[in-house]
Amino acid sequence: MQLILRQGRVVDPSQKLDKVVDLGVEDGHVAEIASRIRKKGRKEIDARGLLVFPGFIDMHAHLREPGREDAETIETGVNAAVRGGYTGVACMPNTQPVNDSEAVTAFILDRAREVSKSAVYPVGAITKGSQGKTLAEIGEMYRAGIVAVSDDGHPVQDSQVMRRAMEYSRLFGLPVIDHCEDKDLAAGGVMHEGYYSTALGLRGMNPAAEELHVIRDAILARQTGAQVHIAHLSTRRSLNAVVRARKEDRIPITCEATPHHLLLTDAAVSTYDTNTKINPPLRSRDDVDALVKGIASGDIDVIATDHAPHNINDKMLEYDRAPFGIVGLETAVGLIYDRFVRPGTLTLERFVQLFSTNPARILKLQRGTLAKGSWADITVLDPELSWEVHAGEFCSRSRNTPFEGWKLVGGPAITVVKGKVVWSL
Amino acid sequence: MTGPRQASAMATFSHKDLLSIQQLSVDDITLILDTAEALKEVAARPVKKVPTLRGKTVINLFFEPSTRTRSSFELAEKRLSADILNFSPSTSSVSKGETLLDTAHNLEAMAPDIIVIRHESAGAPHLLSRECRSSIVNAGDGMHEHPTQALLDALTVRTMKGRLDRLKIAIVGDISHSRVARSDTMLFHKMGSEVWVCGPPTLIPWEFDLLGAKINGRMEEAIEGADVIMMLRLQHERQNEAFIPSTREYYNFYGLTRERMRLAKKDTIVMHPGPMNRGVEIDSDVADAGYSVILNQVANGVATRMAVLYLLSGNAGLRLKRHSH
Repeated sequence: MQLILRQGRVVDPSQKLDKVVDLGVEDGHVAEIASRIRKKGRKEIDARGLLVFPGFIDMHAHLREPGREDAETIETGVNAAVRGGYTGVACMPNTQPVNDSEAVTAFILDRAREVSKSAVYPVGAITKGSQGKTLAEIGEMYRAGIVAVSDDGHPVQDSQVMRRAMEYSRLFGLPVIDHCEDKDLAAGGVMHEGYYSTALGLRGMNPAAEELHVIRDAILARQTGAQVHIAHLSTRRSLNAVVRARKEDRIPITCEATPHHLLLTDAAVSTYDTNTKINPPLRSRDDVDALVKGIASGDIDVIATDHAPHNINDKMLEYDRAPFGIVGLETAVGLIYDRFVRPGTLTLERFVQLFSTNPARILKLQRGTLAKGSWADITVLDPELSWEVHAGEFCSRSRNTPFEGWKLVGGPAITVVKGKVVWSL
Repeated sequence: MTGPRQASAMATFSHKDLLSIQQLSVDDITLILDTAEALKEVAARPVKKVPTLRGKTVINLFFEPSTRTRSSFELAEKRLSADILNFSPSTSSVSKGETLLDTAHNLEAMAPDIIVIRHESAGAPHLLSRECRSSIVNAGDGMHEHPTQALLDALTVRTMKGRLDRLKIAIVGDISHSRVARSDTMLFHKMGSEVWVCGPPTLIPWEFDLLGAKINGRMEEAIEGADVIMMLRLQHERQNEAFIPSTREYYNFYGLTRERMRLAKKDTIVMHPGPMNRGVEIDSDVADAGYSVILNQVANGVATRMAVLYLLSGNAGLRLKRHSH
């Protein structure tokens, strides 16, 4: 066999499996799961004490190439991903040029093939240039390999355009991922509107700016039958709107939350550290509590990073002049494991659903499972690994993290893509 | 209320920087005001100069146009015999695209003891404070704070009223965009007075109550029985941003007129951080009447800034930020 992971605890919700077993890989696919595999592997890994999961997929990252290679490239982004325990990463289209055509999609996939580590799943733009006016060539991008459409970062304001995008994407079964923000209502804001924005004298973004668009999208999703996924959902009321739409209108709307929206509140902005400047902004304690309940209950389907690398020169500015966004690929898995799995807020099963099963299902990737015959994309985590977040050691080209110095227990140990070990501690 | 104290008590000011009113304790505020009180006397001398900051260098780094705050600081520095360097964006490399941090590092290389900064971005003084050894004085940062203005307001009120607690202070106008409103609210609330903020609801953040203020949209209720009325400037551009229908309507509801003045206490005082819009937020006959202490504020500004500079001098490089409460 190509590879055998011996005696790891395999947790795979797709086949309701949670057992210490041997896992054998042949030709890049899962060949056998058994309490003891007799055959020898060309490569053998002693996985005793380790957790073995179907490969984690980040469905929301910015890899910056083409256009801002000073902040990240597909190569450095992929290196960061595999080091962070991811076997696949979906990249948002707000590159320069915008991924709104077959040519850009093909370029991204070519670069990813050259790097040849984790899978890269391009997300195409909804509208040309993400200008919000006319539909991008969604069909041609679909043929070139996009897995979803989104105007992330420049969300579609015109509801008629959004309606058409939803109707059209249905044809290809492509999910529509929306960064929900009413730009007029949020105008000029640099942080969550609340006590801290008032005390710090920073312009606030009204949380209703997000909530209104979540509700708009839910209504349009019901009308059009589109598969809508809410990106980086960040408020209690946004989550309530999603849950209500599922329950009352029975639509398959899904949503994701980010580690930073689960772990930090707007109080973190008090130092004016630009690594706390994110869109959607860090929210109130009440919102954070609701999101944490949401990942535990399953109301939130996915944890995604919104990995947004920025050159340090762009971040070392006055708070209101710095760009939004922080990196997350190399911290997400460890943070969520340490802060939510270890204390028992999340079961291991739910943890794997949030990072693997559900992103694969939403993006229709034929991943997120270790069932016999499926691709051997595997995330191995060491639950006892003690480590500290040091941005200086990131594989990512950028360093903009608010988690510098956080001490964590549990983190990625080995990343396997199509049966090949692409990274290990 | 304590009177002027001797220099020996002044050593207890333990801050490296003055970034905000929020960082100050009641004792810190009292110490600054007592020191300012003692320094007021310098202005009455025939030679208006003391050697306190001789050999110290102060840089005035003003990124936003300012006449009164800047001249007030400059005069305070001169009266303390400091060496002064004035630095403003129009005459500097900022217009060539230099970042704030690079500017700061360049200035820091000249080994100043104190940098006074005004900037249109909230938190800009904090950025400097993290990077610089010099003491940083916030002379107004965006919509955040303007601590020396609040301190001079407090000095003015204390001089006129003899105390800073159990007063009703009404702050009227554009609360949202005002750093003075934030600093004043926090200061007077800390000192035990009742602060009312008043203005059109579109210009008052809902969360101002958490800073210690009572929020009221009706001018008559806010100034009724007030000991102090502080009028804020209405910036003309607010009208274009649809915060208010017109300056005319604003004046009708929030202008300080002689008629409305009757609701306040007999011995009320009227303040304004300037510059005033006569006929928009304040009538000329109110601005120029006996209860107006607007010019006292200007005089107290110099003494207050002298006190702040004096208390901070010697604290450069201090990393320790002790809170007495």
